[in-house]
Amino acid sequence: MSAEAPPVQGRVYARAGGPVLRLSESEAQTAAPSAPERMIINMGPQHPSTHGVLRLLLELDGETVTRCKPIIGYLHTGMEKTGETLTYLQGPTNVTRMDYASPLFTELAFSVATETLLGLELPPRATWIRMLMCELNRIGSHLLFQATNGMDLGAVSMMLYGWREREEVLRLLEQITGLRMNHNYIRPGGVAADLPDGWRDDTLSLLDPIGDRLDEYDALLTGQPIWRERLQGVGVISAEECLALGVTGPILRSTGYSWDLRRHMPYLDYDQLEFDVICGSYGDSFDRYAIRLNEIRESIRLVRQILEGMPAGDYRVQDKKVTPPPRGRIDESMEALIHHFKIFTEGFKVPAGEVYAAVESPRGELGCYMVSDGGPKPLRMHIRAPSFVNLQALPYLLEGRLVADAVAIISSVDPIMGEVDR
Amino acid sequence: MAPSSPEGVADLGVAAGTDPAGAPVLHPRPAELLEVAEALRDAGYIQCLDVCAVDYLGADSRTDLPDEVVPERFEVVVTLISHQRRDRVRLRVQVPEGDPRLPTLFDLFPGTENPEREVFDMFGIGFDDHPDMTRILMPEDWEGHPLRKDYAVGIVPVRFKAAGDPR
Repeated sequence: MSAEAPPVQGRVYARAGGPVLRLSESEAQTAAPSAPERMIINMGPQHPSTHGVLRLLLELDGETVTRCKPIIGYLHTGMEKTGETLTYLQGPTNVTRMDYASPLFTELAFSVATETLLGLELPPRATWIRMLMCELNRIGSHLLFQATNGMDLGAVSMMLYGWREREEVLRLLEQITGLRMNHNYIRPGGVAADLPDGWRDDTLSLLDPIGDRLDEYDALLTGQPIWRERLQGVGVISAEECLALGVTGPILRSTGYSWDLRRHMPYLDYDQLEFDVICGSYGDSFDRYAIRLNEIRESIRLVRQILEGMPAGDYRVQDKKVTPPPRGRIDESMEALIHHFKIFTEGFKVPAGEVYAAVESPRGELGCYMVSDGGPKPLRMHIRAPSFVNLQALPYLLEGRLVADAVAIISSVDPIMGEVDR
Repeated sequence: MAPSSPEGVADLGVAAGTDPAGAPVLHPRPAELLEVAEALRDAGYIQCLDVCAVDYLGADSRTDLPDEVVPERFEVVVTLISHQRRDRVRLRVQVPEGDPRLPTLFDLFPGTENPEREVFDMFGIGFDDHPDMTRILMPEDWEGHPLRKDYAVGIVPVRFKAAGDPR
């Protein structure tokens, strides 16, 4: 695994005059396009393939995109502000709504940040349940990508297949967490509940068919000439550009740059598991498609190992400060009732300090920057959302491409607008 | 100089420390930010992951700052990562309330474009020479900066312009 540092020459990529022209919002509104035969059009915010409410200002020269500016904020609901009004136990209900396609990763980053401030050491079973849930969620999220990517390129059957398989994954997640999405399952101190009876068989009966269906996707799409024609060489980005732009995740890996936090800066117990970091070589939309498809296979491999190695024990830390007393105790002990009440109303206090915790979400590095002033609510809770940063690559990916490719390229970035706008 | 301070900036004389997770934290003054960021970039911290800000208005104790750092109301936090060394370093810059501005990191790390716009939008901290210093998440005619501590939660009534007076 080479993590060689290629030289980054910031100024080369910076603003107009560099190899890629960029367009500022004010420029587009006031000044005329850079040449008389060019025009500026709006794509979105309500467009079937913008994955939410993303608006793009495109400067076109005939059919060719010369400059582009993503305009975001249509889904902004002030979740970071809300996070400052919620206790650490309520926090996951808020952050889970950011990246709604892979909610468990945001919960995980939030919980890890809180636990680091608290100095908690998790029981092994809690860690492994978290890994299990995150990998299942990664499968679901990448299946969703396969579905929407297929739809954006006109492969409608792929849309139906991807959605069908994702629903199977959501059914299992619902069985374990109680909710299809926005689980609030990973919480500071562990997870909300132990795995239900029969979870092992249910997981296995999910994995087997999905593995087979991935081969069907391969047969349907990967070798198909039309699919290749629409994706190969479309939306090319280099590793240097990705690094300069802060881009992480499958987009960075599509350039052949091997960087996956699970492998290179392991968190949870990923260093005990075997998996491959999938890399592309051309940095085009096809590589990004193939990486996500094969990451599903790697996640299946990981889940199988987690099934093998799942330790017994507690599913949450037995620390009276953050863990409510068991349900049975509440009926017989006044102190337990008070304790329970205090944890859920006032919340527990977290030592003052600031910390940054990051996990590898299906879209890249998802970080949580948490500042505590010693009270029961964070002074500041900031989520470093991978989609928000990755969107900056769009002008680079689109430059010189046809408008018809724009949809394919947006899709290959796989932005989740809930996370972009927060 | 704390031993955890990454090499390459040891001679810059920037106050340093570590966070509860043991990650190195540097405290450059606003005027030193670009210099320190450039030195770190050349030392292998090739990717800027994040720029965000914190409003410490009303926070009585700031125990985690080194002695030589003068606390201000705002703090801009820059997170850099070195893939080679496999660690992150955080720059915490104190920004005074009276003159909330910093030089932009855009020329060093073009990926700070969106995060710096977000900091401007949410905190009103401007970045000099940023190519597009406009609001990013809030409507462009919005007044105030929502993540400031003196900005209340949820007091703005929703108005539908098209709907007339109900009476």
